[in-house]
Amino acid sequence: MSTNGTTLEGLGHGQRGVIRAVDAQCPQVQRLMTLGLVEGAEVVVAGSAIGGDPLELRLFGRGISLRREQARHFSVTPVGSGD
Amino acid sequence: MVGNPNSGKSTLFNRLTGLRQRVGNYPGVTVERHVGVLDVDGRRIELVDLPGTHALSAHSAEELIAIDVILGRMPGTAAPDGIVAVLDATNLYQGLYLVQQLLELSVPLVVALTMTDAAATAGITIDIDRLSARLGGVPVVPVVATTGRGIDTLRIAIAAIDKSEPPLIEPAWPALRDAATRLLDGTAEPAQRVAVERLLIDGPNASNQALLDGLGADATTRLRRAQDELFGLDPPLAAEARARYAWVRAVLADVQAHGARLAGWRTRVTDFVNRPLPGTLGLFLVMAIVFQAVFAWATPMMDLIDDSAAALGGRAIGLLGDNAFGSLVADGVIAGVGSVIVFLPQILILFLFIILLEDSGYLARAAYLMDRAMRSVGLSGQSIIPMISSFACAVPGIMATRVIPNRRDRIATILAAPFMTCSARLPVYALLIAAFVPDESVGLLNLQGLVLFGLYLFGIVMGVITAFVMRQTALRGPKPPFALMLPEFRTPNLRTVMIQLLGRVRVFLRRAGTVIFVVAVVIWALAYFPRSALVAAERDTAMAEAAMMFAGEELAAAEADIDNRAAARQLEQSFLGRAGKAVEPVFRPLGWDWRVSSAVIAGFPAREVVIAVLGTVYAVGDEADESTLTERLRNSRHADGSPVFTLPMVIGLLIFYACCLQCAATLAVIRRETNTWRWPVFAWTYMTVIGYTGALLANQLL
Repeated sequence: MSTNGTTLEGLGHGQRGVIRAVDAQCPQVQRLMTLGLVEGAEVVVAGSAIGGDPLELRLFGRGISLRREQARHFSVTPVGSGD
Repeated sequence: MVGNPNSGKSTLFNRLTGLRQRVGNYPGVTVERHVGVLDVDGRRIELVDLPGTHALSAHSAEELIAIDVILGRMPGTAAPDGIVAVLDATNLYQGLYLVQQLLELSVPLVVALTMTDAAATAGITIDIDRLSARLGGVPVVPVVATTGRGIDTLRIAIAAIDKSEPPLIEPAWPALRDAATRLLDGTAEPAQRVAVERLLIDGPNASNQALLDGLGADATTRLRRAQDELFGLDPPLAAEARARYAWVRAVLADVQAHGARLAGWRTRVTDFVNRPLPGTLGLFLVMAIVFQAVFAWATPMMDLIDDSAAALGGRAIGLLGDNAFGSLVADGVIAGVGSVIVFLPQILILFLFIILLEDSGYLARAAYLMDRAMRSVGLSGQSIIPMISSFACAVPGIMATRVIPNRRDRIATILAAPFMTCSARLPVYALLIAAFVPDESVGLLNLQGLVLFGLYLFGIVMGVITAFVMRQTALRGPKPPFALMLPEFRTPNLRTVMIQLLGRVRVFLRRAGTVIFVVAVVIWALAYFPRSALVAAERDTAMAEAAMMFAGEELAAAEADIDNRAAARQLEQSFLGRAGKAVEPVFRPLGWDWRVSSAVIAGFPAREVVIAVLGTVYAVGDEADESTLTERLRNSRHADGSPVFTLPMVIGLLIFYACCLQCAATLAVIRRETNTWRWPVFAWTYMTVIGYTGALLANQLL
């Protein structure tokens, strides 16, 4: 599996990733960027609600939740093998 | 005082200003304005606690207000002389984004670094001096708002704020500053420049239209050209976020070190509750506990209040005599208002739980867990917080819908909110359940508690169905957005909880003291007048006859009976009785007699009044009787002798209550939040029709 196509949605539970690119056309994604989900930020997937949606991420130690369809807009480079 | 939501700002504000704070409103909107006073070294400082905000670009009505105040363009509020930036030590990454924007305002600034204890537990160390240096030399004061550590230092720093130089830092995005300066043709007053920077990023909107017009004739064209130059095809907010977070990361690398996270019971609980299944089950468990507690725990206190009120009423009659004034005091005021006060313990418990859940950070997690479920009815997880708040009172719940950015989604939530069993419905439910549902146990659970829970569930179901149907029809539209910060769990600060609880209780008592008092007296008057000489004469005759026929106990019983019937006839021909009788045909299929009809109609302005009215209507009929409302309801009879309160009728009545929008305050808030009379009228009509139909079906079919 090539890592080029991985988005936040594709990260598994406990996996770490660094945001590589953001498709920022939609205002919801821009809001998430204002909250810190920008290129270079490192996130950890902390969990999800029932059904895998929404996702819970840890961003610099802080919990943030977003829907899968929003997570798709963030391309990431996976880091290591989780915590 | 500016800071992120959940940064401990309110606790800090309470610490600094104590009870010397007032709550008002900003002009034209329903956002609350919290202002407090603190005295330091003989200087009097007015501290304005602004709504929590993440950045100077607004995503909600409250953030808009905060920004307008910060930029000094809020009518009625002067531009700030200084800013206390509340920075959460456990969340420097997001917090510094806002702080950096504030620094560029060149307004004297003090940073209050909160939650330093939580940061230590999380293994975070922060170099305060380095941080202060990176922030242009502003004082950074570590505080722990809950214990009070650092507060004195903070107070002194705030008092000295206007003696310090405004912060001097390099702009994170020089090109933005230059573009704004050019648009202003050189005038460089910082607040105005920042306002123009926001204009460049956010584009023209209601808040900055005036600013745009002030820039000159061809302002719009020049603005658009500047925007094209600055951003190109890149969305402005994205460009800003990238630039500023680059600065934030550089500062963090310099200032913060992240050690090992200290494991404790709190982190273990968080990790456990994070998992989807335990989390969701836990949520249901919490809700069930709350409802069981509300009904079961409050009972001893309620009985006490009930008995006291009855005794007090009897004493009043004894003191004042059996006349209009005595009746007014005993049957109008004491019985009426007392029958609502009796539910104060339950309301206290309910509000306490909701405040605890909110302050501990649990409600945000509930929104996250429920988002999927909410989406299936066309709402978003953020609707859960307004809905849950509506369990205490729909008025703040509907105001809380401001966190929902999508208008259709907001209105759907607003329409569903009144179905959530609010604390004003609770007295009616509790009364009817106590009177007509047996106090038995079904397994581990109390039957009465179970019925109450069932009613809550019914309200939720009706609300959800309403939202779903509305989203499918009149409010059809795209799915709403969702980005939620999940705060760490923390033990709520007891002082803050108490202050909030007292505030709520004060509002409830004020309602009881004023609206309900007035209505209780009015209803008493409508029930007492006109006095019928005929009824009085008949009573006297019957009394005389009974005295001849009976003696001792039999006589006492006969006299009581005569009294009751005379009182009933008196009531029937009073104004209230006539009104109730006039609408009786409408409500007869529901099994209601004219007394119930009168009480329900009188309750339309404010639900709690129904209890007051029932209390008054039944109390007026029995002079020397100290029995409680419950017994009187059970004994109530139709003209033909059949009981009024049969089980189907009671169920119907409960359903009517669950559905009816009997609250003028709620209608007013809906009007304010939707800006039109269409929605409140629609909500009222829709809910009344459903309530009527439900009660009808229950009475006829069961």
